[in-house]
Amino acid sequence: MSEEIPYTVQPHPLTGVFNGKMGMWLFLASEVMLFGALFSSYVLLRMGATHWPSHEETHLNVPLATLNTIVLILSSVTMVMAWASLKMNQLERFRLYLGGTILLALVFLVVKYFEYSAKFSHDIFPGTSTFFAIYFTLTGLHGLHVLGGILVNSYLVLPGSRMWKTEPERFTNRIECAGLYWHFVDLVWIFLFPVLYLL
Amino acid sequence: MDEVAGGFGVWLPIDISTHGAGVDRLIIVLHAFMAILFVGWAIFLVYCLVRFRSRGGCPARYELPKAKPSKYAEIAVVIIEAFLLIGLSMPVWANVKNEIPQDKEATLVQVVAEQFAWNFHYPGADGLFGKTHSKLMGAENPAGLDREKDPQARDDIVTINQLHVPVNKPVRLQLRSKDVIHSFSIPVLRVKQDVIPGMDIPTWFQARQTGKFDIACAQLCGLGHYRMKGQITIESPEQFQAWLAQEAAWMEGKDEEEVEE
Amino acid sequence: MSTEHHPHPHLPFWRRYIFSTDHKMIGIQYALTGMVFLLVGFGLIMAMRLQLAYPKSTFPFLEALFGSVNVPQGIMAPEFYNQLGAMHGTIMIFLGVVPLMVGGFGNFVLPLQIGAPDMAFPRINMASYWVYFVGGVIMLVSFFVPGGAANSGWTSYAPLSVIATAGQTLWLFGMVALITSSLLGALNFITTVIQLRARGLTFFRLPFFVWAQFVTAFLLLLAFPPLEAAGVLQLMDRLAHTSFFMPSGLVVSGEMQEQFTGGGNPLLWQHLFWFLAHPEVYVLILPAMGIVAEVIAANTRKPLWGYNWLVGSVIFVGFMSFIVWAHHMYLTGMGTTLSTFFQATTMIISVPSVVILTALVLSLWGASIRYNVPMLFALAFLPMFAIGGLTGLPLGLTASDIHLHDTYYVIGHFHYVVAPGTLFALFAGVYYWFPKATGRTMNPLLGKLHFWPSFVLMNGIFMPMLFQGLGGANRRYFDPTMYEHTLAVQGWSVVISWSAWLLAVAQIPFIINLLVSLWAGRKVSDNPWQATTLEWAAPSPPPHGNFAAVPTVYCGPYEYSVPGRVSDFCMQHVAQEA
Repeated sequence: MSEEIPYTVQPHPLTGVFNGKMGMWLFLASEVMLFGALFSSYVLLRMGATHWPSHEETHLNVPLATLNTIVLILSSVTMVMAWASLKMNQLERFRLYLGGTILLALVFLVVKYFEYSAKFSHDIFPGTSTFFAIYFTLTGLHGLHVLGGILVNSYLVLPGSRMWKTEPERFTNRIECAGLYWHFVDLVWIFLFPVLYLL
Repeated sequence: MDEVAGGFGVWLPIDISTHGAGVDRLIIVLHAFMAILFVGWAIFLVYCLVRFRSRGGCPARYELPKAKPSKYAEIAVVIIEAFLLIGLSMPVWANVKNEIPQDKEATLVQVVAEQFAWNFHYPGADGLFGKTHSKLMGAENPAGLDREKDPQARDDIVTINQLHVPVNKPVRLQLRSKDVIHSFSIPVLRVKQDVIPGMDIPTWFQARQTGKFDIACAQLCGLGHYRMKGQITIESPEQFQAWLAQEAAWMEGKDEEEVEE
Repeated sequence: MSTEHHPHPHLPFWRRYIFSTDHKMIGIQYALTGMVFLLVGFGLIMAMRLQLAYPKSTFPFLEALFGSVNVPQGIMAPEFYNQLGAMHGTIMIFLGVVPLMVGGFGNFVLPLQIGAPDMAFPRINMASYWVYFVGGVIMLVSFFVPGGAANSGWTSYAPLSVIATAGQTLWLFGMVALITSSLLGALNFITTVIQLRARGLTFFRLPFFVWAQFVTAFLLLLAFPPLEAAGVLQLMDRLAHTSFFMPSGLVVSGEMQEQFTGGGNPLLWQHLFWFLAHPEVYVLILPAMGIVAEVIAANTRKPLWGYNWLVGSVIFVGFMSFIVWAHHMYLTGMGTTLSTFFQATTMIISVPSVVILTALVLSLWGASIRYNVPMLFALAFLPMFAIGGLTGLPLGLTASDIHLHDTYYVIGHFHYVVAPGTLFALFAGVYYWFPKATGRTMNPLLGKLHFWPSFVLMNGIFMPMLFQGLGGANRRYFDPTMYEHTLAVQGWSVVISWSAWLLAVAQIPFIINLLVSLWAGRKVSDNPWQATTLEWAAPSPPPHGNFAAVPTVYCGPYEYSVPGRVSDFCMQHVAQEA
């Protein structure tokens, strides 16, 4: 059926993109609105609050979060390298880089796990204060997006990569779309980190 | 099955407020405008439906009529809407929102809404409101006043669902809610203001006529939303003072009873 | 790109009819499911109308139907009334109208009208239907949990919704599913319109129906996520006892709500909610305008008046719909500055709507009008939408809104737009495209039997509501007899209720017509309406892949009665001689 629907692989002459890429950009637009609404809620809640916790009061681990930021940025780099490897017809390199991306993403989640359990063991929960409510919600939703990315990438690195043999271009396009999603997840964190940990 | 004799009213209830004329003027002008527009437009529609119905041998016209006539109509509509907004709506709203009577000139009442009643809190003879505390709020103490320790609260008057105000004098209500969003409305005074927990929102009016009228809740607040009915009694200043004195005496009597217990 | 017609591979029943990836099958699934939900939503309000017309009477059959918990001693409980109210709105909007208009009509017609073999992402299309289905199941199941379904209005204002019973949690999960379904559908529609138009089909040769669906898809894509965010926040408040919407110091029924730390803002919910819900109402009306435009063009035998104005207006409306939302919040303590902004944008947004309505009416000038059943519904849409739009004016201005806010005037206003507005457009679409989907036509006599009583009764229901609202009658009141101002207009409640019950009866010819015509309707050609747009070039019903050969488009969508031609219509895919 993919032969019937045009521009699944070849880009459209006017828009210059294949269908999946357009769909992914549109999806990311909706995600911008989703996280945007949450960031706006953060602004509204903080402006209306009589008391907003300082850095000491929040007990947030800035060095650990900085590490996580670097980890995610690195994972975006490996994601691009994975796509570039396919463009250069190097399947093994691709698997290496995408595997690296998944690994780095897992590191991110493990760090998050430690952060969260440290909070819980100190009796800090989402309901503890408005700050922690938005902290857990924003990072939690972001974490779910990271997990989603891990699942998709894991599929693409092994079972999904069978498509390389029969339709290499279409497979490369899939990696490109997955990459777009992954860069977005990284970008959200780059906003999250200063807003929650630094400001 | 007909058990309630309901009416077939088609228009606005009486307005006994000083600011309501502006509200009603806008509604009347708007509906006149809407009626003229709709009737004119409908006549044109019906004309087209009749005149241009399909008849054998009479093809439709491919050429499109000029855009000019309707452009004038569009501009006219925009001008009229601008007039409605700037001339008739904004001044009324500005009056309601900005001309809130100050403490000295107005009769002040704090209103605490809850599921499903209106609590009216008067400052009493000293003219000062006692502080309200959420922790103290209960069936016996709906406003949450500390009458023992708070000197300002000792003479305060709290009623349930009974609002008394003097006629021809500005009245300012400070609206708060204990639990969920309610909306304080008195249709005959053209008063309607949402009451939002966490906020203290003023509303005001001045009544031109005495009488007893309904207070209704205008925002879904739970299963008792429909029966959150209060009553406003608008009376002469003398009667109002007499009522205040009567209520104050009653509350003192209650305090003494509690002390005895 | 394939130019060969691929024979439909022989798929098992469940792949062809249940888990199909063909846009036509998915469209029919959406349409049928949507219609069932419309009936459910209609049923709920008919029960409510019983209570509203006869608030003091007992109805044993109601108790038998809904149980003694919901209808003790034959009179419905106020909390059950509130459940019916909240779910009526939710079901009609999110499970009925939008899936039908967008999922049903959009899916079936749009790829055909642009000459595409299917949607850009057929499997995502299928997924979006099933996620919608799951959302619908969750919503229906919520009636059966302790405390019943959501009962805080379809608007779910906090804090009421946060302290509500378990049904509200299910409502929130249901909404997350429905929003996800809409998002998947929206990106599918937009990609399809941009990427899969046939050769020669430029944007300004698109049928207006496609433009309307295109703008609607953008509204769904960009406006729904904030409500999804808000839903997550409300779930957090309910389940994790956060205080996004809960201010400090709340006392409910004498008990301090200490499980909430406070510091939240109920208005945050309202802003997030209405940021979606206002564009949502344009989601409800734009596809309807699209359908009406198509039916009018085909049955006036002339091009639509002002095509460029129509396109410009629909884009402008879409854009403006994002900046009017707080006109639902005038009475929340808003001052002069914010209210001036939103009144201004609200006044401005009425202009393109008027332009669209004007263009549709002017399309009748110089026409040769054929009065078939779809055309009757399409024409009736015009004055009904006009009344709906006009009654928005007193609500959109703050001073008049003081009296009219949260009264039956609001209910009358928006129902005029959605009920004899959108629903009539829907019926027009069903009668119009039924021959394309089935190769048969629906019975015109039954169609007229459906139309005329419906038209009269719709007005019998919603015109009196405007009177009730002017009298100040509050909405969402279980018993409207307790107040002088509501009693003064209570007589109308009986008129409204009887009109509603009779309206239900008037739908019977339609249901019979639909079902019987599926099997015994008169067979017709591929283009029984002699219309110009591309879907009529495909066989009826279109096979998998739609067109034997990918069509090329040579002209605009409404080349009717072109001077000098023998036939009074030129289809888009037929090359014109010089």
